[in-house]
Amino acid sequence: MSETILALKDLETRYGQIYALRGINFEVKKGEIVTLLGANGAGKSTTLKTISSLVPASAGSVNFFNEDITHLDPYAIVERGLIHVPEGRMIFKELTVLENLELGSFTLRDNVERKKRIDRVCELFPVLKERHKQMGGFLSGGEQQMLAIGRALMTEPKILMLDEPSMGLAPIIVQNIMDIIKQINSEGTTILLVEQNAKVALKLADRGYVLETGEIVMEGDADVLSKDESIVKAYLGE
Amino acid sequence: MAEKKQKKFTNPFGTVVESLYDLFDKKAPRYLLMTIMTAFLIYLPLSSSRFTQEIMTNLFFYVVVCLGLNIIVGFAGLLHLGYAAFFAVGAYTTGILSSVYGVNFWLTLPFSIIAAVIAGLAIGAPTLRLRGDYLAIVTLGFGEIIRLTVRNLDITGGAMGLIGIQRPVLFGIVLNQITHFYYLFFILAVIAIIVSYRLHDSRLGRAWEYIREDEDAASAMGINVVQIRLYAFIIGSAFGALAGSLYAAKMTAISPESFMFIHSVMILLAVVLGGMGKIPGVILGAIIVTLIPELSRDIGQFRLIIFAVLLLILMLYRPQGIWPERQGISTKL
Repeated sequence: MSETILALKDLETRYGQIYALRGINFEVKKGEIVTLLGANGAGKSTTLKTISSLVPASAGSVNFFNEDITHLDPYAIVERGLIHVPEGRMIFKELTVLENLELGSFTLRDNVERKKRIDRVCELFPVLKERHKQMGGFLSGGEQQMLAIGRALMTEPKILMLDEPSMGLAPIIVQNIMDIIKQINSEGTTILLVEQNAKVALKLADRGYVLETGEIVMEGDADVLSKDESIVKAYLGE
Repeated sequence: MAEKKQKKFTNPFGTVVESLYDLFDKKAPRYLLMTIMTAFLIYLPLSSSRFTQEIMTNLFFYVVVCLGLNIIVGFAGLLHLGYAAFFAVGAYTTGILSSVYGVNFWLTLPFSIIAAVIAGLAIGAPTLRLRGDYLAIVTLGFGEIIRLTVRNLDITGGAMGLIGIQRPVLFGIVLNQITHFYYLFFILAVIAIIVSYRLHDSRLGRAWEYIREDEDAASAMGINVVQIRLYAFIIGSAFGALAGSLYAAKMTAISPESFMFIHSVMILLAVVLGGMGKIPGVILGAIIVTLIPELSRDIGQFRLIIFAVLLLILMLYRPQGIWPERQGISTKL
């Protein structure tokens, strides 16, 4: 078994008086693809936001490489190699593709290394190379998603957290993006994937957790989960 | 937000203007234009009246403070409604040190900047976590607090203000002619423009741009949002304070009424009108705000109304400013 690099312990998050997360425990091991499944409002996105400190945790802890990162500022978490690709992509629509990518390496001061990383991202996403001078807003939904992932990869993260990369995309594009995620993973980046599209996510992932109203109700290997009857019923629409 | 597209500026005159802008965004024509302008402005006092020089000096002053506010509003995207307070801090620091303690004018400048940095930190550190409108209200309050404090303290001369601020001496010459101040403010404006360009192209400038576009995404990509914004506040304040110090030296007397809310509004107006974040745009805004009321003096009472109508028309047809930072897709505003 490889080592656990990210561990959540009794993590709670509140928006005012409303609990979004009620004590979540899970771990991610090095080199895995782990997926978080759940319906709308189950707390999937909140989990990612709490890990990356965009939303403060009200109780519990997040450990990354045995360091407590629960109360660090977002930028400090990025510096440690944990990157979050937010839902809805959040690329900079009025900056060019290249400028968007350069932002990803903001913490880096070495221009040669930056060039190398841009080349690597362009290799993964040839379409970004073609359109590097265009503004982000002119890209299609799928291309914007690729740009968001590419931008995150510019930091050379240890863990890449993706929030619904399939949202609003055509099935063929979704498959394309999932293939790329697989490839990124095979090159050594651990992946934490939040998805509503359980079928696609479970096919890709090694393990999965199912969230319901802020609690983990089920966990296990992806192939076990994809055969589980209640999941099939709730998320696979059969 | 982004869905609500603004009216596109598509008349033929508009396209001519756009291509002119594109031309001056290229390096060679820009440097050429700047050289010609500089040569002209250096020559100007030799052949013009005191009145013209007075107006031009005022214009340079406005260019400096507008560029200072542009760092806060244009670069970092923070709405600031109390900018006059920053040049009040500069002017009063120089005023007090000079008239009460007899310190040499040039030596007051570092203190003026330090005071502005402290003021910038005092207002910035607790409030920069606020967004948009809230920050605007706090800065508005801050501007009034500074003015009222200055009005009620003994050391600042209360409502009477300070008098007898010493004239600066440079190479043995006492600077007391309008021509002297014309050149002094001109040099300050040139420095402000150069510094603005350097900042715009720097790492810090990039970070401001990212934060302005999308705070959450910038922060998710590893930018320390609060710290970077604080830099904008501090640098912007320093610009304002320096201009304020020179203003004090030129006027030799300052009073709280020199730093009213209306001044903050006029500076902000110049920045928004010209094009937030775009350096030539902001300079253009400063020119419009200072020159139009002066040049239209003949019309008398109506000039302010005409000025207001002109501004309204401009904002209706060109909400992004006369010379905006980016002319691609419509902005979120």
